[in-house]
Amino acid sequence: MSAITLKIDTMAELAAKGEAPEILFWVGCAGSFDDRARKITRAVAAILHEVGMKFAVLGTEESCTGDPAKRAGNEFLFQMQAAQNIQVMNMYEVKKIVTACPHCFNTLKNEYPELGGNYEVLHHATLLQQLINEGRLKVKDGGAFKGKRITFHDSCYLGRANGIYEAPRQVLEALDADLVEMKRSKAKGLCCGAGGAQMFKEAEKGNKEVNIERIEDALETQPDVVAAACPFCMTMLTDGVKNKEKESSIKVYDIAELIAGANGLIN
Amino acid sequence: MLQNIVFIILLALGGGIFARKVGKIRRNIFLGRPLDRTDRKSERWTTMARVAMGQSKMVARPVAGFFHILIYVGFVLINLEVLEIVIDGIFGTHRVFQPLLGDFYNVIIGFFEILAIGVILACVVFFWRRNIQPVARFTSLEMTGWPRLDANLILIIEVVLMSALLLMNTAEANMEGKTGYAISNLLAPMLAGVSENGLHSIERISWWAHIVGILAFLNYLPYSKHFHIILAFPNTWYAQLEPSGQMNNMESVQKEVAMMLDPNANPYAAPAEGAEAPGRFGAKDVMDLPWKSLLDAYSCTECGRCTSVCPANTTGKLLSPRKIMMDTRDRLEIVGANIDKNGSFVDDGKSLLGDHIKAEEIQACNTCNACVEACPVLINPVSIITELRRYQAMEASQVPSEWGLMFNNIENNGAPWQFPAADRMGWADNLEVKTKNAEA
Repeated sequence: MSAITLKIDTMAELAAKGEAPEILFWVGCAGSFDDRARKITRAVAAILHEVGMKFAVLGTEESCTGDPAKRAGNEFLFQMQAAQNIQVMNMYEVKKIVTACPHCFNTLKNEYPELGGNYEVLHHATLLQQLINEGRLKVKDGGAFKGKRITFHDSCYLGRANGIYEAPRQVLEALDADLVEMKRSKAKGLCCGAGGAQMFKEAEKGNKEVNIERIEDALETQPDVVAAACPFCMTMLTDGVKNKEKESSIKVYDIAELIAGANGLIN
Repeated sequence: MLQNIVFIILLALGGGIFARKVGKIRRNIFLGRPLDRTDRKSERWTTMARVAMGQSKMVARPVAGFFHILIYVGFVLINLEVLEIVIDGIFGTHRVFQPLLGDFYNVIIGFFEILAIGVILACVVFFWRRNIQPVARFTSLEMTGWPRLDANLILIIEVVLMSALLLMNTAEANMEGKTGYAISNLLAPMLAGVSENGLHSIERISWWAHIVGILAFLNYLPYSKHFHIILAFPNTWYAQLEPSGQMNNMESVQKEVAMMLDPNANPYAAPAEGAEAPGRFGAKDVMDLPWKSLLDAYSCTECGRCTSVCPANTTGKLLSPRKIMMDTRDRLEIVGANIDKNGSFVDDGKSLLGDHIKAEEIQACNTCNACVEACPVLINPVSIITELRRYQAMEASQVPSEWGLMFNNIENNGAPWQFPAADRMGWADNLEVKTKNAEA
């Protein structure tokens, strides 16, 4: 093991050299700007590098997929964003995309094809599962999370919206951890409270925040780690844990951070 | 002979009035916007077979699921007997299938009787769950008044219909030279002292009560949540087959944006000859919704599974997916009555959004699809909510101010937050990794 500083290629840089990556890493807005989510992005990049998968990002040529605009009702803005992104990706002849955001994943995979953007789109849960199954990604014995109680929170846009329940769980199983399910999980999983553009506004009047309701589900399992696979769920769950003043005993991690951490790839 | 004529008239009247009302509901549903849901036919048949016929989603809640299947199977199978009743009624025969089927007839009717007992039992359990020890989802805000009465009436009518059937057979079991069947033989002692004439009267009254009851119930359906027993089938057939996360594309907007981005397009060009005037963006009223949403509304049986899993509702927000469906149906019925009266719809100054559904309700939705997943007949409340949001955002410009800000940020910075696009690569600064794959 040696420590190096990774240089992340952009599609533009590769194209200038006449090269193309095996896969485009779609970082998404949260992964690009949100401090906590940036760590997830770094973990994904470290894993892709570790397994030797040649990847690149769009960098400043990436723009919001339009998901929150579409869910908030602004189809015009969504269409503008989609047209712009599709133009860029088609120019680079993108074939395959991985993203760590289920909202980007859903939009790129389900809503772009009709607008002329046809790509093979993977959420990082699925890519990690494939890499583990193929033996390209191994988790070291006795990794930091061995035997720890981990509960996985299903993101709505990965789970119900796209039927992906097993991939993130199989990734977690590779950690040799003690996986515990919340009472509401998989198809019955409870939202973290961020979806449908709620992330970008105050909640409507009620008697409780959705993320508090959800973190109570998680706490019932007495976990060491709450695992997520979505940067917005990450925000909501982290806030929930803080609200319950449990941040010293319970950590919220993305599945990519757990894999990268178990292998000591990142600090 | 008189009895036959009366029967035929009642049958024709019952069937005719029902057909007329169904025709109106069909008209109401197709007031909605066009939507093609005729692709992938074999998948649609499988979905309908699994979800509607097979009740696959009902059993997600085992208690309700079990008793519902009891009523469902009872209803479907016992209605085979209605065929016999209709033939007997028209031709003045009595148990026309009995000589044809012989002993097997006794087995079938005996089985129907057992089912009838099952149906009564299930109705009692359901009545208990609604009134004596109510399940939370049956007592929420929107479940007062008519919806509550409707649910109880259905249960009572079903008990009456099943009781009439059993009473009829029990009377016959006591008659000279006749036998009863599985349950009616057990019940026979109840009518032991009744004269032969009395037994005949009871049998006839029960027979008429059963068939008239069925015809009346048939005509009650279109006014009730119980209409789901018919619409569950088309509603599952026409359900969205794409992943539930996929929101529909608005082609009109897509075209407009394509034009805006096309440097060669003439912004002043007149629309092509015969081009349809662009409709409203999103939905303000029921006619703006795709017809499938209106079929959804008539298919809803107000069970409230959607609302009981809704993150917004369970944390005290105003939004209830069930109410969205009930409001849509209520408004559509008002629009339908308006058309009946005036020949075509005359603006009544009201609309689905505003007069029935408040902005606060639709703004609380997480689009998490829990309601869609929970619905036993594949109703999609989220698609109505997002259509209403589209109207709010693109026609009325009445989104929460934070969303307005989010729109601005996306337009200006390509991100929902106010970060400069130039910082997009910030995450990659000093990205130190420990690796065996030293090639950076």
